[in-house]
Amino acid sequence: MSTLEIKDLQVSVTTDDGPKEILKGVTLTISSGETHAIMGPNGSGKSTLAYSIAGHPKYQITGGSVTLDGEDILEMSVDERARAGLFLAMQYPVEVPGVSVANFLRTAKTAIDGEAPKLRTWVKDVNGAMERMSLDASFSQRSVNEGFSGGEKKRHEIAQLDLLDPNVAILDETDSGLDIDALKVVSDGVNRFRERENKAVLLITHYTRILRYIQPDHVHVFVDGRVAESGGPALAEELEANGYEKYVLAPR
Amino acid sequence: MTVTEASRESVAAVLEQDRVESHLNPPPSYDLTDHPVPTGREEVWRFTPIKRLRGILDGESSADALTWQTEVPEGITISTITAEEARDLGELPPNERPAALAVANAGGATLVDVPAEFASDEPLVLRLSGDSVDDLVWGHLVFRVGNHAEVTIVLVHTGSARYCTTTSYVVGDGAQVRILSLQDWEDDAVHLGRDSIRVGRDANVRHAAVTFGGDLVRMHTNVEYDGPGGEAELLGLYFADEGQHIEHRLFADHNAPKTKSNVVYKGALQGEGAHTVWIGNVLIRKVAEGIETYEENRNLVLTDGCQADSVPNLEIETGEIEGAGHASATARFDDEQLFYLRSRGVSEKEAQRLVVHGFFNDLIRKIDIPSVEEQLLATVEAELAKNVLKEI
Repeated sequence: MSTLEIKDLQVSVTTDDGPKEILKGVTLTISSGETHAIMGPNGSGKSTLAYSIAGHPKYQITGGSVTLDGEDILEMSVDERARAGLFLAMQYPVEVPGVSVANFLRTAKTAIDGEAPKLRTWVKDVNGAMERMSLDASFSQRSVNEGFSGGEKKRHEIAQLDLLDPNVAILDETDSGLDIDALKVVSDGVNRFRERENKAVLLITHYTRILRYIQPDHVHVFVDGRVAESGGPALAEELEANGYEKYVLAPR
Repeated sequence: MTVTEASRESVAAVLEQDRVESHLNPPPSYDLTDHPVPTGREEVWRFTPIKRLRGILDGESSADALTWQTEVPEGITISTITAEEARDLGELPPNERPAALAVANAGGATLVDVPAEFASDEPLVLRLSGDSVDDLVWGHLVFRVGNHAEVTIVLVHTGSARYCTTTSYVVGDGAQVRILSLQDWEDDAVHLGRDSIRVGRDANVRHAAVTFGGDLVRMHTNVEYDGPGGEAELLGLYFADEGQHIEHRLFADHNAPKTKSNVVYKGALQGEGAHTVWIGNVLIRKVAEGIETYEENRNLVLTDGCQADSVPNLEIETGEIEGAGHASATARFDDEQLFYLRSRGVSEKEAQRLVVHGFFNDLIRKIDIPSVEEQLLATVEAELAKNVLKEI
């Protein structure tokens, strides 16, 4: 069992005009077996939440706490967080020229497990993960994210989710820029992950479209750096019908 | 109006001349008085720490030599010729003092003759090694590659010496030539080298300069064309450690139409006083219509205390070309790349190692000489182990 507990998290970024507060006290608890969707308009701080949990150096934590099974992850380095069981599927995965997908995956798997994967089963595992994401076998020989289409980048992120097998997955706008076929492939991948035991998913999205394929247990509306409302799947339906207007037009 | 037209005519007259002076490449000449001892303030010398040349530019005569070990595929011959014979073979004359000194002092040239239509899977390998930096060695080499020959030439420099050399590759029509010059010297070696390549009509030459060792290495690679359709790919990889000066100067002289040049040099620097210099220059002469050229230099600065100078130049005398461009970038590690790798559990050091590995891997693959690929990757790893990975 894993529990990711975010309490009153406050985060700033440095701008030319000094520090700017983005997250203004976020509180959320995500446990194994649960899928939480965070929905909100652009600029509400959804991605900042994802990157702050993963430990991106651009974001300064000014208050609050984040723990994974009681361990303070804000004290951990980026790679320690990943080894503790966190995974962030990025909205804009980064190119690493000259490093093949195969080399990257093996290096990451070795780091996460603390030992090199067994060669025979590993090759099979990688090929299987690629095939399930409708990625060609030759994909492993390409440089990480270099020259990938938008869809390939996202499918590659989910193939990593499959192979690295974290406890808590944060998916940051994994649905953005996908056509309907790619969206189905990606959603199937996420759903297969959810079917494994004790997995927690935090799904960050701007659109309700992906929620037709990945049914969340909890939906949170994120506005202006905090959770404005939480509810069950019905909340997503309401958002689909009425949009975010009710929240963003609220009196200042 | 008259004045303007007159000046236009004089400009046109200059452009029509057979030889246009390139500001970075003094006119070629075998006459030493045309190449005075530099003070260090000259444009072409300003990056080079002249004192560390240990008197090479004085041009003392010397009988010291490097030890040669050769692997020569059948059909290729090696012989000794006079400097005059080397000229007659069509080598590119010296355009700076070290090359002129090398011709004057070497007492003749080594001719490597690759016959027309030669083909072999085996590379020609020349391993040149020196015993001591006290040795002053003058070198003069000419590679003559016959029409339609296909050959891979690997030159490896190890040990130590003060080595000043000029090397010409006279490449016949339609030939396919792969050249690797590896500078893997001991820490105190000084190497001044000029590789000049005359690319035959429709010939294709890929030249790679790879420099890891030496206290001071200053390499020129010059290309000109014997006719239309020639292609030159000039690749470079260098890794400067503490106190090392590594300088690569490129010159692609597009003196024929429909020719191509593509320059890619990548370097990494680590340690106090590591200094790299990359000067790229492309001259597109008036006659060189329809040519295509691109030059690129990228430097990765791994620690504090390093300096990377990178200057791309382009001199254009005709606009009737397919394309011309250049790029230069010098940077530290990209935080976003490291974050991405680390977010997958990879430690910071390991992430850095992967990024540098990838940075050079592309280029090593382009060099495409399988027999040395492994060795180059291993040397890059060994260089990284000195610094980036030492805390693991």
